[in-house]
Amino acid sequence: MPLPTGDTIGILADNLRLRRSVLPIPVESAIRWTKGLDLPHGGERVLYTGLMYQLIPYIEELVAAQQKMGESWMAGFTGFGRQINKILNVSAFMAHPSRDKLESFDRVPRNVALLLKRAGIEFGALYEDDLYSGALAYDLGADEELKEHASKVYATLKKHGVKEVVTIDPHTTNMLRSVYPTLLDGYDIKVRNYLEVLAEAEMVPNHRLDGEVGIHDSCVFARYEGVTAQPRQLLEGAGLSLREPEHAGTMTLCCGGPVESLYPQKAAAQAERRVAEIAAVAERGVTMCPLCYVNLQKAAKDRIRFDDISDYLRQAYEA
Amino acid sequence: MTVLQPNLVDEVRADESFNASACMNCGVCTAICPMELEHLPREIFRYVLLGMKEELLQHQETVFSCLLCKMCEVNCPAGVHITENVRSLRHYFDRKVFRI
Repeated sequence: MPLPTGDTIGILADNLRLRRSVLPIPVESAIRWTKGLDLPHGGERVLYTGLMYQLIPYIEELVAAQQKMGESWMAGFTGFGRQINKILNVSAFMAHPSRDKLESFDRVPRNVALLLKRAGIEFGALYEDDLYSGALAYDLGADEELKEHASKVYATLKKHGVKEVVTIDPHTTNMLRSVYPTLLDGYDIKVRNYLEVLAEAEMVPNHRLDGEVGIHDSCVFARYEGVTAQPRQLLEGAGLSLREPEHAGTMTLCCGGPVESLYPQKAAAQAERRVAEIAAVAERGVTMCPLCYVNLQKAAKDRIRFDDISDYLRQAYEA
Repeated sequence: MTVLQPNLVDEVRADESFNASACMNCGVCTAICPMELEHLPREIFRYVLLGMKEELLQHQETVFSCLLCKMCEVNCPAGVHITENVRSLRHYFDRKVFRI
């Protein structure tokens, strides 16, 4: 039995309003990826994570806990849980990912930072002020909470003198580039995704990769933001032979991730369908969104291995 | 007996982008939906336009099961803003049903 939809959305919306994220995580988990990179605080151009990769280990744990709750007598008490959550961050008690798991997802923003440096791009980071974009609240229709949160994000960018952000995942890219301008008067932040930035840089790989990999386009990249050519250019430039599944590019098939928070079983069924399409064309898959990665790898189990696109790009292009 | 609520569409419409009335009921969206949602978007948009509130409320799970993946929208011959319209429906549920 899924958890009650209204209470679940209520908790997520309350978290965004009270704690600046649908799923608040400790500051040290949010900024661990910056360690040793010596990135300036703020500046006109910043690498903006929107916390998406850092959130994934917590989301995985919370979804597992939700599924257990949904199957137990506790499901009837989520309304009570929402009231408690207004005072105490309930998710902090439910999700304790291991250090190894946390570091494995910190790897992606680190990959991207090193690739941007290799491309000769100058940028800073916002550290504890790198805020979640509000993407899930947007998807769930929590418009008032989202608008209030978007104002906070924009004010934070302005406070640090930011004129341009370079994003990593598709959801943060879409929110900051296409949704915020519809919510905020005078919004003037230039937003580019790192794949667009790297493709424009036309880097030559230092190490050519070989082998075949099945590409999974993110729906948000492909159908909301028009990002399909850049990942192909970069991966093929790295030497990989790309295999296109039955649904690819602007006709890509969703990984199921968007319904994970409310209907995990439906998300799993959708992921299973997509994994079968990728497995039909390659023994390895490449993703470019943390939600796609976690949903597809979970469904694939040991059948095929998925890697984030930044892992391949770093192997090929980093000095 | 179905009780109609003529102002339902005004309650659902979050902004000017809500254009469910552009739907010509051709069925491309239903045929192409990866979640195989039978009622969303075509039938549920009709419920809203006709003021059939009870029928809309019965399909809460369908409204929140949409992936917002835009597969239907990019293939819609009538240019219906399907994902924006679904978000408007969710906003309606959030405020009027869940009282968030």
